[in-house]
Amino acid sequence: MGIKSEETKNETNHALAKISRRKLLLGGAATAAVALVKSSFGEIQTAIPESLYIPADPTKVQGPPPFDLGTRSPFERPLKKTSDTSSRTPLQDLYGTITPADLHYERHHGGVPTIDPEKYELLIHGMVEKPMIFTLADLKRFPAFSRICFLECSGNFRTGKEEMMPQEIAGLTSQSEWTGVMLSTLFREVGIKSKASWFLAEGSDAAVMTRSIPLQKGLQDGMIVYAQNGEAIRPQQGYPARLFLPGWEGNTSVKWIRRIEVSDQPYMTREETSKYTEGIKGGKIRQFSFDMDARSIITYPAYPVILQQGWVEIRGIAWTGRGKIVKVEVSTDAGKTWNSAKLQGPVMDKAHTYFRYLWNWRGDETEILSRAIDETGYIQPTMKQLMEARGRDMGGYHLNPITAWRIKRDGTVLFRPEGKA
Amino acid sequence: MLCLKVRWWQVNTKKLKLKRYLTLCLFLALAGCNRSENLQGPTPIESESNPVNTLDTRDWPESFQIGREAQEDEIARQDIDVRPDGEGLPEGSGTVALGKQIYLAKCATCHGRTGVEGPEAKLVARLSRPDYEGRKKPKAIGNYWPYATTLFDYINRAMPFNAPGSLRPDEVYSLTAYLLYENRIVERDEIVTNRNLAKIKMPAKGLFVNDDRRGGREVK
Ligand code: HEC
Repeated sequence: MGIKSEETKNETNHALAKISRRKLLLGGAATAAVALVKSSFGEIQTAIPESLYIPADPTKVQGPPPFDLGTRSPFERPLKKTSDTSSRTPLQDLYGTITPADLHYERHHGGVPTIDPEKYELLIHGMVEKPMIFTLADLKRFPAFSRICFLECSGNFRTGKEEMMPQEIAGLTSQSEWTGVMLSTLFREVGIKSKASWFLAEGSDAAVMTRSIPLQKGLQDGMIVYAQNGEAIRPQQGYPARLFLPGWEGNTSVKWIRRIEVSDQPYMTREETSKYTEGIKGGKIRQFSFDMDARSIITYPAYPVILQQGWVEIRGIAWTGRGKIVKVEVSTDAGKTWNSAKLQGPVMDKAHTYFRYLWNWRGDETEILSRAIDETGYIQPTMKQLMEARGRDMGGYHLNPITAWRIKRDGTVLFRPEGKA
Repeated sequence: MLCLKVRWWQVNTKKLKLKRYLTLCLFLALAGCNRSENLQGPTPIESESNPVNTLDTRDWPESFQIGREAQEDEIARQDIDVRPDGEGLPEGSGTVALGKQIYLAKCATCHGRTGVEGPEAKLVARLSRPDYEGRKKPKAIGNYWPYATTLFDYINRAMPFNAPGSLRPDEVYSLTAYLLYENRIVERDEIVTNRNLAKIKMPAKGLFVNDDRRGGREVK
């Protein structure tokens, strides 16, 4: 009996959750039908499936009861932008610095595998005293560690036209609170041999993704994470467990990790030779470019916003794989002068940092830009500087140029595209 | 003076702000000294007191006795990786001719009849060809791959894309031989084996340099 009524309630809830955007746009309250259902509170409103009831006065009618699972407001619909192998976080639709897990960017090389957590195992072997296998339950029994960090794909740059949103230009970065076990904790259990210097991380996706990682990084702050923003990590981010290397290019944080082999040399896998390497001057190719350099982007106002004259709070995010952001500078006169933006504290190590800058726009045509400065003294470069430093064969990885937004007299905000599309 | 046993070492005394210090004193006073022996004191804030974000392991046992020892057959089942020195290569061999047959049957639909037509990744390119002048140089095995072992490893683990992990070692050796031949790295009669693959010199080998970006003022 009890179970039965639970089910009925769930059905109602699902019906409520299913609100069609089309209906919403095509008339809202006027065309929506509403059902009144009996409950212990007396009669309460509930929407019939595929409609949304917007009361004229929400203080005059009871709202729906609590759900067993939260939903976004039907008025909000932030979405990722997808391609066959990636999806991009809608940076322009977010506030603060935490990315909701379902809006975290994705980049896969063999799709998203479905892995039974009961059958999941992590093997650590190679140059260790005792090769070991850990189940997911084992991993969760070890002392846990949580940390808020960004994760960014090193291919996170797009250009080519004026009508581009922050999401399209730099949406391959997201931020979560990651929870798991420190790699050093696991390495302590298996006993790393003194001559070891690298390890191979291998995923259990269809690409059987592999990357070689310097042992030092693993010992310093590498993690095996099984949770993201307080819940089990999502399949798209590596469920049930992934490697996480703070501040390093996303591909090294191998998802769905099944195996770690400790070694005294790198393996030179396809993903660290043919891919994730970049052309630099003199016909050379840079390999093992792990650290993500400092970057920032103004996420408001940005295309497709139409700006109104008057006070504007320019907002955005800044981050660096080399520690903390110490300063973000904003220019509202196309780069002639720069002023310090306010950083939202606490400023964390290898984390997206929110910045804000108050500006009174008087309707003149101009360009607004931001540049991040990190604790090593690195200043986010312009595209011109990057091209000069890396030469003609500059690859598409590790591009972190200053992003400029053109403000037109009519308030239109457009991206100023630079570099190779 | 049981109070001295309260462990608050994680708080970096040099950086300790007065306010935090006073709060701590107040806490210690209120907490009293007659709690149980294993009183931990104010919880150390790990990430704040330690910039490297590590755990305090001082009270850890030598081993947590969690997890089990891996058996050799369990390791062998997953240990498919191949190193540039050839370590990890399974026994076997392949020829260019056989490789071409397998390629046409299992790879050409995505990579093109001769490895350049697409629609997926171009697999054939030569290091210096005048006809690239002024056009975007394709990056492929012949001008961008530093190790021949990588080719075996990648085909073995991930290709064909629609049936990864379905090829036998000899088929992978043959495909490797064929693709090396198409990229003008080996001769038509080459037999590629687990003993000679690592010795094959790749044209792009000398181009790779380690990342030397270190932060700071210079843009690299
Ligand atoms: C269904 C389409 C498809 C088939 C069939 C296929 N491939 Fe691929 N191949 C791909 C895709 C897609 C990629 C890129 C994958 C990625 O980047 O993660 C790729 C990448 C590669 C690469 C790496 C290219 C580079 O420059 O990094 C090699 C080598 C390769 N394939 C060889 C083969 C061989 C050999 C076969 C036949 C046994 C094969 N492929 C069959 C789709 C296919």
